[in-house]
Amino acid sequence: MFNRKTAIGSAIIGAVFAVTAGSASAQALYGTLKKIKDSGTIIIGHNEDSPPFASFGADGKPQGYSIDICNKIAEAVKAELKMDNLTVKYQAVNGQTRTPLLVNGTVDLVCATTTNTFSRQQQVDFLNTMFVTGNRLLVKKSSGIKEIEDLKGKVVSANQGTTNEKVLNELNQRLNLGIKVLSTKDQPQGWIALETDRTDAHMTDEVVEYGLIAKSKNPDQYAVVGRLLSFDPYAIVIRRDDSAFRSLGNKVLANLYRNGDWEKIYTKWMSTIGQPLSPDLKLLMSMQNYPD
Amino acid sequence: MRYNWNWSVLFADPYLGWILTGLGWTVLVSLCAWIIGLALGSVIGTMRTLPSPVARAIGSAYVEVFRNIPLLVQIFLFYFVLPELLPREWGRWLKRDLPHPEFTVAVVSLGLYTACRVAEQVRAGIATAGRGQASAGLATGLTLTQVYRLILLPLAFRLTIPALTNEFLNVFKNSSLALTIGVLELTARTRAVADYTYQSIEAFVVASVIYASISFLIAFIMRRVEERARLPGTLGTGAR
Repeated sequence: MFNRKTAIGSAIIGAVFAVTAGSASAQALYGTLKKIKDSGTIIIGHNEDSPPFASFGADGKPQGYSIDICNKIAEAVKAELKMDNLTVKYQAVNGQTRTPLLVNGTVDLVCATTTNTFSRQQQVDFLNTMFVTGNRLLVKKSSGIKEIEDLKGKVVSANQGTTNEKVLNELNQRLNLGIKVLSTKDQPQGWIALETDRTDAHMTDEVVEYGLIAKSKNPDQYAVVGRLLSFDPYAIVIRRDDSAFRSLGNKVLANLYRNGDWEKIYTKWMSTIGQPLSPDLKLLMSMQNYPD
Repeated sequence: MRYNWNWSVLFADPYLGWILTGLGWTVLVSLCAWIIGLALGSVIGTMRTLPSPVARAIGSAYVEVFRNIPLLVQIFLFYFVLPELLPREWGRWLKRDLPHPEFTVAVVSLGLYTACRVAEQVRAGIATAGRGQASAGLATGLTLTQVYRLILLPLAFRLTIPALTNEFLNVFKNSSLALTIGVLELTARTRAVADYTYQSIEAFVVASVIYASISFLIAFIMRRVEERARLPGTLGTGAR
Protein backbone atom coordinates (compact mmCIF):
# COMPACT_ATOMS: atom_id res chain seq x y z
CA MET A 1 0.00 0.00 0.00
CA PHE A 2 2.58 2.51 1.20
CA ASN A 3 4.92 1.65 -1.62
CA ARG A 4 2.28 2.09 -4.27
CA LYS A 5 1.43 5.57 -2.95
CA THR A 6 5.09 6.62 -3.19
CA ALA A 7 5.22 5.26 -6.72
CA ILE A 8 2.19 7.33 -7.72
CA GLY A 9 3.67 10.36 -5.95
CA SER A 10 6.95 10.18 -7.79
CA ALA A 11 5.12 9.61 -11.08
CA ILE A 12 3.18 12.84 -10.50
CA ILE A 13 6.34 14.75 -9.58
CA GLY A 14 8.03 13.34 -12.66
CA ALA A 15 5.14 14.41 -14.86
CA VAL A 16 5.19 17.92 -13.41
CA PHE A 17 8.91 18.20 -14.12
CA ALA A 18 8.39 16.95 -17.64
CA VAL A 19 5.69 19.56 -18.27
CA THR A 20 7.73 22.47 -16.86
CA ALA A 21 10.80 21.38 -18.77
CA GLY A 22 8.77 21.11 -21.98
CA SER A 23 7.29 24.62 -21.71
CA ALA A 24 10.66 26.10 -20.77
CA SER A 25 12.19 24.81 -23.99
CA ALA A 26 9.34 26.43 -25.96
CA GLN A 27 10.28 29.81 -24.37
CA ALA A 28 7.15 29.77 -22.20
CA LEU A 29 4.88 30.73 -25.06
CA TYR A 30 1.21 30.93 -24.18
CA GLY A 31 -2.08 32.30 -25.46
CA THR A 32 -2.22 33.81 -28.92
CA LEU A 33 1.53 33.63 -29.57
CA LYS A 34 1.55 29.91 -28.79
CA LYS A 35 -1.48 29.37 -31.00
CA ILE A 36 0.22 31.21 -33.89
CA LYS A 37 3.46 29.27 -33.40
CA ASP A 38 1.62 25.94 -33.34
CA SER A 39 -0.61 26.62 -36.33
CA GLY A 40 1.88 28.64 -38.38
CA THR A 41 -0.92 31.12 -39.14
CA ILE A 42 -2.09 34.46 -37.82
CA ILE A 43 -5.71 35.26 -38.61
CA ILE A 44 -6.70 38.93 -38.81
CA GLY A 45 -10.40 39.64 -38.33
CA HIS A 46 -11.54 42.80 -40.10
CA ASN A 47 -14.60 44.84 -41.08
CA GLU A 48 -15.57 44.88 -44.73
CA ASP A 49 -17.60 48.08 -44.93
CA SER A 50 -15.74 50.72 -42.94
CA PRO A 51 -13.50 52.67 -45.29
CA PRO A 52 -10.96 54.14 -44.76
CA PHE A 53 -10.30 51.84 -41.78
CA ALA A 54 -11.12 48.42 -43.15
CA SER A 55 -12.79 47.48 -46.42
CA PHE A 56 -12.13 45.40 -49.50
CA GLY A 57 -9.88 47.01 -52.11
CA ALA A 58 -10.16 46.71 -55.88
CA ASP A 59 -7.95 43.59 -55.71
CA GLY A 60 -10.41 41.91 -53.34
CA LYS A 61 -7.98 42.11 -50.41
CA PRO A 62 -8.83 43.91 -47.18
CA GLN A 63 -7.21 47.32 -46.92
CA GLY A 64 -7.28 50.44 -44.80
CA TYR A 65 -5.84 52.23 -41.81
CA SER A 66 -6.61 49.45 -39.31
CA ILE A 67 -5.44 46.76 -41.72
CA ASP A 68 -2.07 48.50 -42.22
CA ILE A 69 -1.53 48.61 -38.46
CA CYS A 70 -2.50 44.95 -38.07
CA ASN A 71 -0.12 43.96 -40.86
CA LYS A 72 2.67 45.66 -38.91
CA ILE A 73 1.69 43.57 -35.89
CA ALA A 74 1.77 40.41 -38.01
CA GLU A 75 5.31 41.34 -39.16
CA ALA A 76 6.36 41.82 -35.53
CA VAL A 77 4.90 38.43 -34.58
CA LYS A 78 6.82 36.86 -37.46
CA ALA A 79 10.08 38.39 -36.19
CA GLU A 80 9.37 37.55 -32.54
CA LEU A 81 8.59 33.88 -33.25
CA LYS A 82 11.33 33.63 -35.91
CA MET A 83 8.83 32.12 -38.34
CA ASP A 84 9.82 33.04 -41.89
CA ASN A 85 6.91 31.14 -43.37
CA LEU A 86 4.17 32.63 -41.16
CA THR A 87 0.89 32.72 -43.10
CA VAL A 88 -1.30 35.81 -42.66
CA LYS A 89 -4.98 35.07 -43.20
CA TYR A 90 -7.90 37.49 -43.24
CA GLN A 91 -11.41 36.79 -42.01
CA ALA A 92 -14.30 39.25 -42.33
CA VAL A 93 -16.26 39.87 -39.12
CA ASN A 94 -19.04 42.29 -38.07
CA GLY A 95 -20.38 43.79 -34.87
CA GLN A 96 -22.23 40.60 -33.98
CA THR A 97 -19.59 38.04 -34.90
CA ARG A 98 -16.38 39.69 -33.76
CA THR A 99 -16.57 38.64 -30.09
CA PRO A 100 -17.55 34.99 -30.54
CA LEU A 101 -15.03 34.51 -33.37
CA LEU A 102 -12.24 36.12 -31.37
CA VAL A 103 -13.06 34.22 -28.20
CA ASN A 104 -13.36 30.81 -29.91
CA GLY A 105 -10.06 31.31 -31.72
CA THR A 106 -11.33 31.73 -35.30
CA VAL A 107 -9.51 35.07 -35.47
CA ASP A 108 -6.52 36.26 -33.42
CA LEU A 109 -7.13 40.00 -33.46
CA VAL A 110 -9.87 42.29 -34.79
CA CYS A 111 -8.94 45.32 -36.89
CA ALA A 112 -11.96 47.49 -37.38
CA THR A 113 -13.45 50.64 -35.85
CA THR A 114 -14.10 49.24 -32.39
CA THR A 115 -14.47 51.67 -29.50
CA ASN A 116 -12.68 50.57 -26.33
CA THR A 117 -15.21 50.49 -23.47
CA PHE A 118 -15.07 49.09 -19.95
CA SER A 119 -18.14 46.93 -20.49
CA ARG A 120 -16.53 45.33 -23.53
CA GLN A 121 -13.37 44.73 -21.49
CA GLN A 122 -15.30 42.18 -19.46
CA GLN A 123 -15.25 39.94 -22.51
CA VAL A 124 -12.22 40.98 -24.58
CA ASP A 125 -9.03 43.01 -24.26
CA PHE A 126 -7.84 45.99 -26.30
CA LEU A 127 -4.44 47.23 -27.47
CA ASN A 128 -3.58 50.88 -26.89
CA THR A 129 -5.65 53.48 -28.72
CA MET A 130 -4.98 53.72 -32.46
CA PHE A 131 -7.44 56.47 -33.38
CA VAL A 132 -9.72 58.89 -31.59
CA THR A 133 -13.01 60.21 -32.87
CA GLY A 134 -16.44 61.04 -31.50
CA ASN A 135 -20.06 61.53 -32.46
CA ARG A 136 -21.07 64.52 -34.52
CA LEU A 137 -24.05 65.24 -36.71
CA LEU A 138 -24.24 64.56 -40.43
CA VAL A 139 -26.81 66.92 -41.99
CA LYS A 140 -27.87 68.49 -45.25
CA LYS A 141 -26.35 71.96 -45.55
CA SER A 142 -29.73 73.40 -46.57
CA SER A 143 -31.28 72.32 -43.24
CA GLY A 144 -29.43 75.04 -41.30
CA ILE A 145 -28.85 72.66 -38.37
CA LYS A 146 -25.75 73.63 -36.37
CA GLU A 147 -25.96 71.82 -33.02
CA ILE A 148 -27.91 68.97 -31.49
CA GLU A 149 -30.22 71.50 -29.79
CA ASP A 150 -31.50 72.46 -33.27
CA LEU A 151 -32.94 68.97 -33.65
CA LYS A 152 -35.82 69.48 -31.20
CA GLY A 153 -38.74 67.31 -32.36
CA LYS A 154 -36.90 66.21 -35.51
CA VAL A 155 -36.03 62.73 -36.78
CA VAL A 156 -32.45 61.50 -36.32
CA SER A 157 -30.98 58.14 -37.28
CA ALA A 158 -28.21 56.12 -35.63
CA ASN A 159 -27.19 52.55 -36.28
CA GLN A 160 -28.62 49.71 -34.19
CA GLY A 161 -26.42 48.50 -31.36
CA THR A 162 -23.72 51.16 -31.74
CA THR A 163 -22.32 53.48 -29.11
CA ASN A 164 -23.74 56.24 -31.35
CA GLU A 165 -27.29 55.06 -30.71
CA LYS A 166 -26.58 54.94 -26.99
CA VAL A 167 -25.20 58.51 -26.98
CA LEU A 168 -28.13 59.81 -29.03
CA ASN A 169 -30.71 58.26 -26.68
CA GLU A 170 -28.92 59.60 -23.60
CA LEU A 171 -28.61 63.15 -24.97
CA ASN A 172 -32.20 63.08 -26.15
CA GLN A 173 -33.34 62.30 -22.64
CA ARG A 174 -30.94 64.58 -20.78
CA LEU A 175 -31.53 67.65 -22.97
CA ASN A 176 -35.24 66.84 -23.30
CA LEU A 177 -35.17 67.26 -27.07
CA GLY A 178 -38.05 64.99 -28.09
CA ILE A 179 -36.04 63.63 -31.01
CA LYS A 180 -37.61 60.72 -32.90
CA VAL A 181 -34.85 58.14 -33.22
CA LEU A 182 -34.74 55.91 -36.29
CA SER A 183 -32.52 52.88 -35.65
CA THR A 184 -30.96 52.19 -39.02
CA LYS A 185 -29.31 48.87 -39.78
CA ASP A 186 -26.03 50.12 -41.25
CA GLN A 187 -24.30 53.23 -42.64
CA PRO A 188 -25.70 52.98 -46.21
CA GLN A 189 -29.23 52.92 -44.78
CA GLY A 190 -28.57 55.85 -42.50
CA TRP A 191 -27.33 57.68 -45.59
CA ILE A 192 -30.37 56.85 -47.76
CA ALA A 193 -32.71 57.93 -44.97
CA LEU A 194 -30.96 61.32 -44.80
CA GLU A 195 -30.70 61.67 -48.58
CA THR A 196 -34.44 61.00 -49.08
CA ASP A 197 -35.43 63.43 -46.28
CA ARG A 198 -36.77 60.67 -44.07
CA THR A 199 -34.48 61.99 -41.35
CA ASP A 200 -33.00 65.40 -40.54
CA ALA A 201 -29.63 64.10 -39.36
CA HIS A 202 -27.58 60.94 -39.07
CA MET A 203 -25.42 60.47 -36.02
CA THR A 204 -22.25 58.41 -36.11
CA ASP A 205 -18.49 58.80 -35.63
CA GLU A 206 -17.19 62.01 -37.18
CA VAL A 207 -14.56 60.24 -39.26
CA VAL A 208 -17.15 57.84 -40.69
CA GLU A 209 -19.34 60.81 -41.65
CA TYR A 210 -16.52 62.39 -43.65
CA GLY A 211 -16.08 59.01 -45.35
CA LEU A 212 -19.78 58.86 -46.27
CA ILE A 213 -19.74 62.41 -47.66
CA ALA A 214 -16.58 61.68 -49.69
CA LYS A 215 -18.32 58.71 -51.31
CA SER A 216 -21.59 60.51 -52.12
CA LYS A 217 -22.82 61.86 -55.45
CA ASN A 218 -22.94 65.51 -54.37
CA PRO A 219 -20.61 65.98 -51.40
CA ASP A 220 -21.10 69.77 -51.34
CA GLN A 221 -24.71 69.38 -50.14
CA TYR A 222 -23.76 67.70 -46.86
CA ALA A 223 -21.89 68.83 -43.78
CA VAL A 224 -20.61 67.48 -40.47
CA VAL A 225 -21.73 69.94 -37.79
CA GLY A 226 -21.81 70.56 -34.06
CA ARG A 227 -19.51 69.90 -31.15
CA LEU A 228 -18.08 66.47 -30.31
CA LEU A 229 -20.87 64.62 -28.50
CA SER A 230 -18.79 61.70 -27.29
CA PHE A 231 -15.26 60.35 -26.99
CA ASP A 232 -14.57 57.20 -29.00
CA PRO A 233 -11.07 55.75 -28.79
CA TYR A 234 -10.64 53.05 -31.46
CA ALA A 235 -8.48 50.06 -30.59
CA ILE A 236 -7.52 46.66 -31.94
CA VAL A 237 -9.37 43.88 -30.10
CA ILE A 238 -7.55 40.83 -28.70
CA ARG A 239 -8.38 37.99 -26.30
CA ARG A 240 -8.34 38.60 -22.55
CA ASP A 241 -5.56 37.52 -20.18
CA ASP A 242 -2.87 37.49 -22.85
CA SER A 243 -0.34 40.07 -21.73
CA ALA A 244 2.50 38.69 -23.89
CA PHE A 245 0.57 39.25 -27.09
CA ARG A 246 -0.84 42.57 -25.87
CA SER A 247 2.59 43.84 -24.97
CA LEU A 248 3.92 42.86 -28.41
CA GLY A 249 1.04 44.67 -30.10
CA ASN A 250 1.45 47.80 -27.98
CA LYS A 251 5.17 47.83 -28.74
CA VAL A 252 4.36 47.88 -32.46
CA LEU A 253 1.98 50.82 -31.92
CA ALA A 254 4.54 52.74 -29.81
CA ASN A 255 7.17 52.23 -32.52
CA LEU A 256 4.79 53.46 -35.21
CA TYR A 257 4.04 56.60 -33.19
CA ARG A 258 7.75 57.14 -32.53
CA ASN A 259 9.31 56.60 -35.94
CA GLY A 260 6.72 58.57 -37.91
CA ASP A 261 5.29 55.57 -39.78
CA TRP A 262 1.96 56.17 -38.08
CA GLU A 263 1.70 59.63 -39.66
CA LYS A 264 2.33 58.09 -43.07
CA ILE A 265 -0.42 55.52 -42.54
CA TYR A 266 -2.74 58.28 -41.31
CA THR A 267 -2.08 60.51 -44.31
CA LYS A 268 -2.33 57.62 -46.76
CA TRP A 269 -5.87 56.74 -45.65
CA MET A 270 -7.37 59.90 -44.17
CA SER A 271 -6.46 61.99 -47.21
CA THR A 272 -8.99 59.85 -49.12
CA ILE A 273 -11.74 61.48 -47.05
CA GLY A 274 -10.09 64.91 -46.79
CA GLN A 275 -9.22 64.71 -43.08
CA PRO A 276 -5.87 66.36 -42.27
CA LEU A 277 -4.07 65.28 -39.10
CA SER A 278 -5.12 67.54 -36.23
CA PRO A 279 -2.56 68.63 -33.62
CA ASP A 280 -4.85 67.20 -30.91
CA LEU A 281 -4.83 63.72 -32.39
CA LYS A 282 -1.09 63.89 -32.95
CA LEU A 283 -0.58 64.78 -29.29
CA LEU A 284 -2.89 61.99 -28.11
CA MET A 285 -0.96 59.43 -30.12
CA SER A 286 2.49 60.70 -29.10
CA MET A 287 1.43 60.19 -25.48
CA GLN A 288 1.35 56.44 -26.14
CA ASN A 289 4.92 56.39 -27.34
CA TYR A 290 6.16 54.31 -24.38
CA PRO A 291 9.94 53.71 -24.44
CA ASP A 292 11.30 50.21 -25.07
CA MET B 1 -12.42 28.73 -25.48
CA ARG B 2 -11.96 31.59 -23.03
CA TYR B 3 -15.49 32.91 -23.06
CA ASN B 4 -16.62 34.84 -20.02
CA TRP B 5 -20.15 33.52 -19.47
CA ASN B 6 -22.54 35.94 -17.85
CA TRP B 7 -26.16 34.90 -18.08
CA SER B 8 -27.21 37.47 -15.50
CA VAL B 9 -26.70 40.21 -18.11
CA LEU B 10 -30.00 39.07 -19.66
CA PHE B 11 -31.85 40.03 -16.51
CA ALA B 12 -29.97 43.26 -15.87
CA ASP B 13 -31.46 46.68 -16.43
CA PRO B 14 -31.98 47.88 -19.18
CA TYR B 15 -31.36 44.71 -21.18
CA LEU B 16 -34.29 42.70 -19.80
CA GLY B 17 -36.60 45.59 -20.68
CA TRP B 18 -35.19 45.71 -24.21
CA ILE B 19 -35.76 42.00 -24.76
CA LEU B 20 -39.33 42.24 -23.45
CA THR B 21 -40.27 45.30 -25.55
CA GLY B 22 -38.59 43.60 -28.50
CA LEU B 23 -40.75 40.55 -27.93
CA GLY B 24 -43.80 42.84 -27.73
CA TRP B 25 -43.04 44.37 -31.14
CA THR B 26 -42.38 40.94 -32.64
CA VAL B 27 -45.78 39.71 -31.47
CA LEU B 28 -47.53 42.91 -32.60
CA VAL B 29 -45.93 42.95 -36.07
CA SER B 30 -46.62 39.25 -36.57
CA LEU B 31 -50.24 39.34 -35.44
CA CYS B 32 -51.12 42.44 -37.49
CA ALA B 33 -49.36 41.02 -40.54
CA TRP B 34 -51.12 37.70 -40.04
CA ILE B 35 -54.55 39.37 -39.94
CA ILE B 36 -53.81 41.15 -43.24
CA GLY B 37 -52.30 38.00 -44.73
CA LEU B 38 -55.15 35.70 -43.73
CA ALA B 39 -57.92 38.08 -44.82
CA LEU B 40 -56.38 39.14 -48.12
CA GLY B 41 -54.96 35.67 -48.80
CA SER B 42 -58.38 34.05 -48.41
CA VAL B 43 -59.90 36.48 -50.90
CA ILE B 44 -57.08 36.07 -53.45
CA GLY B 45 -57.03 32.29 -53.04
CA THR B 46 -60.80 32.10 -53.60
CA MET B 47 -60.53 34.36 -56.63
CA ARG B 48 -58.10 31.92 -58.21
CA THR B 49 -60.77 29.20 -58.15
CA LEU B 50 -63.71 31.27 -59.43
CA PRO B 51 -65.13 30.64 -62.89
CA SER B 52 -64.50 34.28 -63.91
CA PRO B 53 -61.26 34.53 -65.94
CA VAL B 54 -60.71 38.13 -64.80
CA ALA B 55 -60.82 37.15 -61.13
CA ARG B 56 -58.46 34.24 -61.81
CA ALA B 57 -56.03 36.49 -63.69
CA ILE B 58 -55.96 39.08 -60.88
CA GLY B 59 -55.40 36.34 -58.30
CA SER B 60 -52.61 34.70 -60.30
CA ALA B 61 -50.89 38.01 -61.00
CA TYR B 62 -50.92 38.90 -57.30
CA VAL B 63 -49.49 35.57 -56.22
CA GLU B 64 -46.78 35.53 -58.89
CA VAL B 65 -45.63 39.08 -58.14
CA PHE B 66 -45.46 38.73 -54.37
CA ARG B 67 -44.17 35.16 -54.34
CA ASN B 68 -41.32 35.78 -56.76
CA ILE B 69 -39.73 38.81 -55.08
CA PRO B 70 -37.73 38.16 -51.91
CA LEU B 71 -39.47 39.54 -48.83
CA LEU B 72 -36.43 41.60 -47.84
CA VAL B 73 -36.48 43.33 -51.23
CA GLN B 74 -40.23 43.97 -50.91
CA ILE B 75 -39.74 45.64 -47.54
CA PHE B 76 -37.02 47.85 -49.02
CA LEU B 77 -39.16 48.73 -52.02
CA PHE B 78 -42.07 49.76 -49.80
CA TYR B 79 -39.91 51.68 -47.36
CA PHE B 80 -37.32 53.40 -49.51
CA VAL B 81 -38.58 53.37 -53.11
CA LEU B 82 -42.37 53.81 -52.92
CA PRO B 83 -42.27 57.29 -51.26
CA GLU B 84 -39.93 58.52 -54.01
CA LEU B 85 -42.29 57.40 -56.79
CA LEU B 86 -45.33 59.15 -55.34
CA PRO B 87 -46.10 62.87 -55.68
CA ARG B 88 -43.88 64.93 -53.38
CA GLU B 89 -46.44 65.67 -50.64
CA TRP B 90 -47.64 62.07 -50.48
CA GLY B 91 -44.09 60.80 -50.26
CA ARG B 92 -43.36 63.28 -47.51
CA TRP B 93 -46.48 62.19 -45.65
CA LEU B 94 -45.37 58.55 -45.87
CA LYS B 95 -41.89 59.40 -44.63
CA ARG B 96 -42.75 61.88 -41.88
CA ASP B 97 -46.41 62.05 -40.88
CA LEU B 98 -47.48 58.42 -41.09
CA PRO B 99 -47.79 57.18 -37.50
CA HIS B 100 -44.98 54.72 -36.71
CA PRO B 101 -43.77 54.59 -40.34
CA GLU B 102 -41.35 51.68 -39.81
CA PHE B 103 -43.91 49.56 -38.02
CA THR B 104 -46.66 50.28 -40.54
CA VAL B 105 -44.48 49.53 -43.54
CA ALA B 106 -43.24 46.32 -41.93
CA VAL B 107 -46.77 45.13 -41.15
CA VAL B 108 -48.12 45.97 -44.61
CA SER B 109 -45.27 44.41 -46.57
CA LEU B 110 -45.14 41.31 -44.39
CA GLY B 111 -48.95 41.04 -44.60
CA LEU B 112 -49.02 41.35 -48.40
CA TYR B 113 -46.28 38.76 -48.75
CA THR B 114 -48.01 36.36 -46.36
CA ALA B 115 -51.26 36.85 -48.30
CA CYS B 116 -49.77 35.31 -51.43
CA ARG B 117 -48.67 32.26 -49.49
CA VAL B 118 -52.01 31.92 -47.70
CA ALA B 119 -53.75 32.32 -51.06
CA GLU B 120 -51.94 29.31 -52.45
CA GLN B 121 -52.94 27.21 -49.46
CA VAL B 122 -56.58 28.27 -49.67
CA ARG B 123 -56.67 27.58 -53.41
CA ALA B 124 -55.20 24.13 -52.82
CA GLY B 125 -57.76 23.54 -50.05
CA ILE B 126 -60.67 24.45 -52.32
CA ALA B 127 -59.25 22.24 -55.07
CA THR B 128 -59.00 19.33 -52.63
CA ALA B 129 -62.54 19.86 -51.38
CA GLY B 130 -63.39 18.97 -54.92
CA ARG B 131 -65.20 19.91 -58.06
CA GLY B 132 -67.74 17.21 -57.25
CA GLN B 133 -68.86 19.05 -54.13
CA ALA B 134 -69.27 22.29 -56.08
CA SER B 135 -71.19 20.62 -58.90
CA ALA B 136 -73.41 18.80 -56.44
CA GLY B 137 -74.11 22.04 -54.62
CA LEU B 138 -74.98 23.89 -57.81
CA ALA B 139 -77.16 20.98 -58.95
CA THR B 140 -79.22 21.21 -55.77
CA GLY B 141 -80.04 24.82 -56.65
CA LEU B 142 -77.56 26.72 -54.49
CA THR B 143 -76.04 29.87 -55.97
CA LEU B 144 -72.27 30.07 -56.51
CA THR B 145 -71.92 32.31 -53.44
CA GLN B 146 -73.81 29.81 -51.34
CA VAL B 147 -71.70 26.94 -52.64
CA TYR B 148 -68.56 28.77 -51.54
CA ARG B 149 -69.93 30.00 -48.26
CA LEU B 150 -71.67 26.84 -47.13
CA ILE B 151 -69.64 24.04 -48.69
CA LEU B 152 -66.27 24.86 -50.24
CA LEU B 153 -64.78 27.39 -47.82
CA PRO B 154 -65.72 25.57 -44.60
CA LEU B 155 -64.16 22.40 -45.99
CA ALA B 156 -61.14 24.15 -47.47
CA PHE B 157 -60.24 25.98 -44.27
CA ARG B 158 -60.45 22.80 -42.23
CA LEU B 159 -58.24 21.03 -44.73
CA THR B 160 -55.64 23.79 -44.73
CA ILE B 161 -55.25 24.28 -40.98
CA PRO B 162 -51.91 22.40 -40.87
CA ALA B 163 -50.58 24.37 -43.84
CA LEU B 164 -51.83 27.65 -42.39
CA THR B 165 -50.15 26.83 -39.07
CA ASN B 166 -46.94 26.60 -41.02
CA GLU B 167 -47.53 30.02 -42.57
CA PHE B 168 -48.35 31.50 -39.17
CA LEU B 169 -45.01 30.23 -37.86
CA ASN B 170 -43.30 31.72 -40.92
CA VAL B 171 -44.84 35.13 -40.20
CA PHE B 172 -43.29 35.09 -36.74
CA LYS B 173 -39.88 34.18 -38.05
CA ASN B 174 -40.09 36.54 -41.05
CA SER B 175 -41.00 39.41 -38.73
CA SER B 176 -37.32 39.59 -37.79
CA LEU B 177 -36.72 41.21 -41.19
CA ALA B 178 -38.52 44.29 -39.86
CA LEU B 179 -35.28 45.19 -38.10
CA THR B 180 -33.78 46.10 -41.47
CA ILE B 181 -36.00 49.19 -41.61
CA GLY B 182 -35.61 50.07 -37.96
CA VAL B 183 -38.37 48.24 -36.07
CA LEU B 184 -36.67 47.31 -32.80
CA GLU B 185 -38.20 43.85 -32.50
CA LEU B 186 -36.79 40.81 -30.73
CA THR B 187 -33.87 40.10 -33.07
CA ALA B 188 -32.84 43.76 -33.24
CA ARG B 189 -32.98 44.06 -29.46
CA THR B 190 -30.97 40.90 -28.80
CA ARG B 191 -28.40 42.07 -31.33
CA ALA B 192 -28.22 45.36 -29.45
CA VAL B 193 -27.70 43.51 -26.17
CA ALA B 194 -24.90 41.52 -27.84
CA ASP B 195 -23.29 44.69 -29.19
CA TYR B 196 -23.49 46.64 -25.94
CA THR B 197 -22.41 43.90 -23.56
CA TYR B 198 -20.32 41.67 -25.83
CA GLN B 199 -22.20 38.72 -24.35
CA SER B 200 -23.27 37.65 -27.83
CA ILE B 201 -23.78 33.96 -27.17
CA GLU B 202 -26.15 34.51 -24.25
CA ALA B 203 -28.12 37.08 -26.25
CA PHE B 204 -28.59 34.82 -29.27
CA VAL B 205 -29.42 31.81 -27.14
CA VAL B 206 -32.22 33.74 -25.46
CA ALA B 207 -33.55 34.91 -28.84
CA SER B 208 -33.54 31.35 -30.16
CA VAL B 209 -35.29 30.03 -27.08
CA ILE B 210 -37.99 32.71 -27.28
CA TYR B 211 -38.66 32.11 -31.00
CA ALA B 212 -38.76 28.36 -30.46
CA SER B 213 -41.16 28.69 -27.51
CA ILE B 214 -43.52 30.91 -29.50
CA SER B 215 -43.47 28.41 -32.35
CA PHE B 216 -44.20 25.49 -30.03
CA LEU B 217 -47.05 27.44 -28.46
CA ILE B 218 -48.59 28.31 -31.83
CA ALA B 219 -48.25 24.74 -33.08
CA PHE B 220 -49.88 23.48 -29.88
CA ILE B 221 -52.80 25.91 -30.08
CA MET B 222 -53.36 25.22 -33.77
CA ARG B 223 -53.45 21.47 -33.14
CA ARG B 224 -56.22 22.06 -30.60
CA VAL B 225 -58.06 24.22 -33.13
CA GLU B 226 -57.67 21.50 -35.72
CA GLU B 227 -59.13 18.88 -33.38
CA ARG B 228 -62.05 21.10 -32.41
CA ALA B 229 -62.86 21.97 -36.02
CA ARG B 230 -62.67 18.41 -37.31
CA LEU B 231 -65.78 17.14 -39.12
CA PRO B 232 -66.40 13.42 -38.91
CA GLY B 233 -66.52 11.70 -42.26
CA THR B 234 -64.78 14.40 -44.30
CA LEU B 235 -61.47 14.30 -46.14
CA GLY B 236 -58.37 14.13 -44.03
CA THR B 237 -60.09 12.92 -40.90
CA GLY B 238 -60.16 9.26 -41.92
CA ALA B 239 -62.81 7.03 -40.42
CA ARG B 240 -62.99 8.74 -37.05
